[in-house]
Amino acid sequence: MIDLKQVDAIIEKWNTDPDFVIEMMQDVQDEFRYIPKEALERIADRTDKPRGKLFHIATFYNAFSLEPRGIKEIQVCMGTACYVKGAPEILAALERELGIRSGETTPDGKFSLLEVRCLGCCGIAPVITIGNEVIAEVRPSQVSNLISSYCKS
Amino acid sequence: MNTNAIDRLKTLLESSAGYASDTAVSLTVHLGTCGIAAGAGKTLEAVKTYHTSGSVQSIELKSSGCAGLCSYEPMVSVSRNGEQPVMYLNVTEDKVNDLFDCIRGLRTAEECHLQAITHDDPFYFKQQTVVFTNRGLIDPESLDDALASGAYEGLASILDDMDPAEVITEITKSGLRGRGGGGFPAGVKWSSCVSASERTGGIPVIVCNADEGDPGAYMDRSILESDPHSIIEGMAIGAYAIGADEGYIYIRKEYPLAMEILEKAIQQALERNLLGKAILGTDFSFDIVIHRGAGAFVCGDSSALMTSMSGMPGEPRAKYIHTVESGYKGRPTVLNNVETLANVPRIITRGAEWFASIGTGDVSENPWNGSSGTKVFSLVGDIRNAGLVEIPMGITLREIIFDIGGGIPDEKEFKAVQTGGPSGGVLPAEKLDLAVDFDTLTEAGSMMGSGGMIVMDDETCMVQIARYFIDFLQDESCGKCTPCREGLVAIRLILDRIIEGDGKDGDIELLEEYGRIMNESSLCALGQTAANPVLSTIRYFRDEYETHIRDRKCKAGKCKALIEYNIIADNCTGCTLCAKNCPADAIEGILKEPHVIDQEKCIRCGMCREVCNFNAVEVL
Repeated sequence: MIDLKQVDAIIEKWNTDPDFVIEMMQDVQDEFRYIPKEALERIADRTDKPRGKLFHIATFYNAFSLEPRGIKEIQVCMGTACYVKGAPEILAALERELGIRSGETTPDGKFSLLEVRCLGCCGIAPVITIGNEVIAEVRPSQVSNLISSYCKS
Repeated sequence: MNTNAIDRLKTLLESSAGYASDTAVSLTVHLGTCGIAAGAGKTLEAVKTYHTSGSVQSIELKSSGCAGLCSYEPMVSVSRNGEQPVMYLNVTEDKVNDLFDCIRGLRTAEECHLQAITHDDPFYFKQQTVVFTNRGLIDPESLDDALASGAYEGLASILDDMDPAEVITEITKSGLRGRGGGGFPAGVKWSSCVSASERTGGIPVIVCNADEGDPGAYMDRSILESDPHSIIEGMAIGAYAIGADEGYIYIRKEYPLAMEILEKAIQQALERNLLGKAILGTDFSFDIVIHRGAGAFVCGDSSALMTSMSGMPGEPRAKYIHTVESGYKGRPTVLNNVETLANVPRIITRGAEWFASIGTGDVSENPWNGSSGTKVFSLVGDIRNAGLVEIPMGITLREIIFDIGGGIPDEKEFKAVQTGGPSGGVLPAEKLDLAVDFDTLTEAGSMMGSGGMIVMDDETCMVQIARYFIDFLQDESCGKCTPCREGLVAIRLILDRIIEGDGKDGDIELLEEYGRIMNESSLCALGQTAANPVLSTIRYFRDEYETHIRDRKCKAGKCKALIEYNIIADNCTGCTLCAKNCPADAIEGILKEPHVIDQEKCIRCGMCREVCNFNAVEVL
């Protein structure tokens, strides 16, 4: 069970305004690393929105996940510049290194591997982010060291 | 009409600290998202540490947004006695001591192994800055800096001297067209909104589209991060012109720094009465609310964006009635892109004629007659000087890519340039002399779009590029209309089989047929233009599709099913590096003897080629 007080605090931060349910859900996603069912229902009930509509929103936008994501999210930018500069090879190297496919979370819950649409850092492509850190001009051969340095920290 | 807004602004300016200080030497660390990713935050820390250690305390330290040359971040600018700055490239934290030696004249830049350029460098020389006037000069978190650079002068002057209709006329005469991709004249849009409001009685609203979704384009992020007040002022001018007192900025959540800077700027503007009630003592009131996008490309469509702003899934609707008549919550809504709005204050302060004199065509009578002003492009991909470039409309692709961008690195050849994002297309070498403006690029089968310009070298496979965009659009299609939803799947299947080496005769024609149907029958621009990347690659690189289908070969060496990696025995020194790095254990050989790849085990990941220091791995 999650602490619904945290969800209530988020809802109240946005004045329980139904126009801001997407923002509320983003904050829930940031807080819990996914959108728990109870949180979705709480937002629906308090903003007078149908639960089905919020489920629609949760599955429509890329930012949301209904499954818990890892402690560190690894985002591989798949913008055009990154693609041209070898992002698919970096994704493949990360999949091999972590033993999971894109979109999955490692069994120990440490890492989630995600593809994202353009992080807007095209001048230093290809880029990935690990947590909040943006890593520039990544080469597939660096991936192994990158992951092990994050495992240690 | 009021007559005191300018005076109030002057009072504000006099009471502010300003950025034109008397210090002989000032040092600016550029802290855009790209810069921070490259280590600019650590550089700033190292600079501060050195600075507090004494001896250089007369140097003024500053931080500002991106300076544009992203591939050489972190960048530090040094300005002496207000002269034009010298920009030091790749100043990572370990080079800060060298940098100060350089500034103090103890050693030259060359001796310190620091690369230094000025605005006379080819990268900057051909650029013309309108939107980026303040880039790298002001601190985006300081309203004082913005005011000293002339921010809000445009707003104050219209509040004093122009009525709303005059503002619209001025913007129409300038020829300003939408920078987000549509190219629709901003003044005409504003004027339609006023008519709709008069007709229906709906209260108008202005929305800034900062949901920069085109992969490969990031100028809006940079504008928001380096000069947020230009957007606030542009929106306020627009609001005054259309009679709105409410504005919204719809910004992607993927841009946390831009959002933080923008929120702060709005707060500062409110505190100094540049937003909010009775702005600058006049009877004009205007507020801005931020809405965060949640990652949906289709929200670039006006109706989808406005649906999303109401806390709903961002699905577009048919545009029998435009959003300018019935948009956000059924009200007449002006939707302008970030770069468009950033141009507005400059047009007001410097005049429509000045703006119209830049660019192509004569827009004085009709804004559709040309492309006036400048456009910011994100010049990225296989290019030496990657970054954001602002150029006058009408210069050629060749000037942008080879003069400003410095051409293709690593002794490779130029193959194509992709413009316009997923709705755009690719253009080959024979189109390099095209003048860049709204209409010329569209005629050539691509489009200007929001300004992404991705350069590709001869190791880029055009079929894969087409599939990349179709994959993107298939993911981002909202699924509401059949031609887009099903058409993308059908195209994807064909491209997949061509790439896998199972292409059939007639596949190319089938792709063209699907593309035509989608163009004619999809609901919104996403579906109508979705086949453009396929159609333009077929138009200019048909032979490459044919080679894939008939000869089962990928000339660019990218399609895994159609290539083999091979070690050239003559070049191989037997260093074993490739074997150590091979994730599939497919490379055999003993130390100091040429190695061999086991084709059965090889997964064609290319790791061996990447790590080889002797150019011994080739693609067949």
